[in-house]
Amino acid sequence: MPVSRDFIGREYPASAPYEVGREQIRRFAEAIGDLNPAYLDAQAARALGHPDVIAPPTFLTVLNFRYATEGPISDPALGLDYAMVVHGEQSFELHRPVRAGDVLSSVQSVEDIKDAGRNELIVTVTQVTAAGGEQVATLRSTIVSRGTAAPREPKQA
Amino acid sequence: MPRYDEVEVGTELPARTFTITRADLVRYCGASGDFNVIHWNERIAKAVGLPDVISHGMMTMAQTGRAVTDWAGDPGAVRSYSVRFSRPVAVADDDEGATLTVSGTVEEKLDGGRVVLGLTATVGDSKVLTAAKAVVQLS
Repeated sequence: MPVSRDFIGREYPASAPYEVGREQIRRFAEAIGDLNPAYLDAQAARALGHPDVIAPPTFLTVLNFRYATEGPISDPALGLDYAMVVHGEQSFELHRPVRAGDVLSSVQSVEDIKDAGRNELIVTVTQVTAAGGEQVATLRSTIVSRGTAAPREPKQA
Repeated sequence: MPRYDEVEVGTELPARTFTITRADLVRYCGASGDFNVIHWNERIAKAVGLPDVISHGMMTMAQTGRAVTDWAGDPGAVRSYSVRFSRPVAVADDDEGATLTVSGTVEEKLDGGRVVLGLTATVGDSKVLTAAKAVVQLS
């Protein structure tokens, strides 16, 4: 079943505040197997000029799952079967590193939904701001819905 | 930390290898909140046409990014990071798991002390990422 194209261009209300904690950063760093002291030890992070421990560059991916139910991806009307989904592309623009103590707000939008052969691509953008509206990051995520594109009409001879 | 003045186009990052096992995937599910069944349920992963349980693309991206952050010294120096996931990383139910090999090269020097790194990530003979690039702020 193809994914609904009605979602193209939708922008969602800002998420509830996401409070970034030291332990959460530690858990993510441990999960990716990266025990960089800048992620785990506030003193080490301060020695690099950061006010507190910072998060790995890909940490903000957690927002896409934390707020999945407030955005398009788990909306039944989108018609996505998550077991058929794989990640296609991902980018992070980071104005500064995320750090413990940040209170983040994120706004999700659907940039595009399109066919790619038998698959469909869903491109979402997440704008992340900190207190006072400070721009922190922009995430662009392309997920692939495998094999769900509508069958093509046979071409007229 | 490498200095902008001392880095040239063509400067190579130290090559790295990272392993990923089923246990790593379970841990990453919990830390990221991505509990997609294809990352932990072999029966369903195979039923939907995948070769096995596959790693989270974001896990591959994080491990590849580590070659960048370890080179940069300060992981906060990463200004942008983008990848395409070109092939799934299958993770067998054994103690070895999958082995990811990462290399990187300085592709371009930008104004303001920033450099563009081109990254390569392979499992066996397969490139699992394409168009993998990071922009890092050097001093």
